[in-house]
Amino acid sequence: MKELICITCPQGCHLKVDDENGYTVTGNRCPRGEAYGRAELIHPTRMVTSTVKCTGGSRPRCPVKTSGPVPKDMVFAVVAALDAVELTAPVRIGQVVLANVCGTGVDIVATKDI
Amino acid sequence: MYDLIVIGGGPAGLAAACSAWDKGLRSILIVERDQELGGILNQCIHSGFGLQYFKEELTGPEYAARFVDLLSQTGVEVRLDTMVLDITPQREVHMVGKTTGYRVEQARAIVLAMGCRERTRGAISIPGTRPAGVFTAGAAQRYVNVEGYLPGKRVVILGSGDIGLIMARRMTLEGAKVLACVEVMPYSGGLNRNIVQCLQDFDIPLYLSHTVTDIRGKDRVEQVVVSQVGPDRKPIPGTEMIFDCDTLLLSVGLLPENELTQQAGIALDPRTRGAVVYENMETSMPGVFACGNVCHVHDLVDYVTAESQRAGAAAAAYLMEDAKHESRVIEIQNGPGVTYTVPQHIRPQRVDKSCGLFFRVNRICKDSEILVTSGDVPIARFKREHLAPGEMEHITLPRALLDKAGPTLTVSIREVN
Repeated sequence: MKELICITCPQGCHLKVDDENGYTVTGNRCPRGEAYGRAELIHPTRMVTSTVKCTGGSRPRCPVKTSGPVPKDMVFAVVAALDAVELTAPVRIGQVVLANVCGTGVDIVATKDI
Repeated sequence: MYDLIVIGGGPAGLAAACSAWDKGLRSILIVERDQELGGILNQCIHSGFGLQYFKEELTGPEYAARFVDLLSQTGVEVRLDTMVLDITPQREVHMVGKTTGYRVEQARAIVLAMGCRERTRGAISIPGTRPAGVFTAGAAQRYVNVEGYLPGKRVVILGSGDIGLIMARRMTLEGAKVLACVEVMPYSGGLNRNIVQCLQDFDIPLYLSHTVTDIRGKDRVEQVVVSQVGPDRKPIPGTEMIFDCDTLLLSVGLLPENELTQQAGIALDPRTRGAVVYENMETSMPGVFACGNVCHVHDLVDYVTAESQRAGAAAAAYLMEDAKHESRVIEIQNGPGVTYTVPQHIRPQRVDKSCGLFFRVNRICKDSEILVTSGDVPIARFKREHLAPGEMEHITLPRALLDKAGPTLTVSIREVN
């Protein structure tokens, strides 16, 4: 039995995952917690947020995020890949600024209009 | 003359203004001192916002953009780059702006939504020299996320509030080495999920019951000394650890920014450091409402939005309803285990179906009962499996219960077993 704190939302449910009996999750208050508990032990993933360089706008950086979770062990590679990205204003919220980052199948998208 | 002036264009002010517009007010002004709306959300580029309100996970700028979009569909006026200097009991709002100069605007109602600011080194009196490299976590967050500077390479973080935890991860991702997060209390003040995803994910040690006892360095921070503290929170000699670092980030609490409130003579609560409010977020000055972090510091922007919508709607109701319901006032007191409650006063006859009551506990509790008593008589109990000071709690009191209550209600925590 593994004890985890769910990071899916700020409620931070205290989960118990039975890793010897089919990864049954208890202590979750919503279905997302069940999915997190199982995934965290089998194949952990994280959302990544950062900024990229942006010229021609009111500010030098544009905030970005991954369009979905990426494998936890790829987080540093994803952040490193952002160093090469340079945007020119105008940038629209939701605009893809780097497709299929590090071959994860996940895009990097802008999170602010610049 | 405006029907409503909202002071502050962060999440609280945006939600209050939108809600007042929806309720029928047509002459609304938001005054914001920054160059853009959105407040602190603009520098909170991490995700985790909006899960309660929008049922999806957004970053700070995305959450702000949702409300800026809503606002743009209304006729609410916005004055950016403008600082409010004074509010008078006659509800005149004195302000000064870059392009508009000094103006006095008359309001029929006011919503206070100025948010909070961070406690600094001076507020916690850390000994040592005064080199560069000591920042509040929020200032560092602005440098990294908005200005594009990395303020240090080897970092110690004092305080385990959420901004400190978020910055531990952020600085790590940008290539800095975060050596430790140090917390004077025996528990973290931040959300559990942030301990996991910001510290544990990056093997950053969290030293509970420890504090910074010396800052060393001439021009730039060179070392900080960390000592264990006893139950009295005083450093224990002989437990010193020395960290070689160039930066100390402080995440040691937030203070509601209530200079305007105080100047106006509005009653403040020493526990929340915000205005004393009634069930509809009205302050001791009729027609003046307070919401968001200026009223009490929240952990989730979603809760700020909900509270501010109530304040905005209440401001509209204040102006549009001719007859005010007369009501007696119930005073809400905090009993053992509870630090503060918001609202502090409830007028039962003004409560529609039920009234939400928000509070914080003063320690971590397992399997507990939230007990509401009227005099000595328990009138409501709520079970909780887990309570922590870093997580705001809330209970709902039905109108029928309030009608039966005496002049005071006390909220306390009792651990079962």
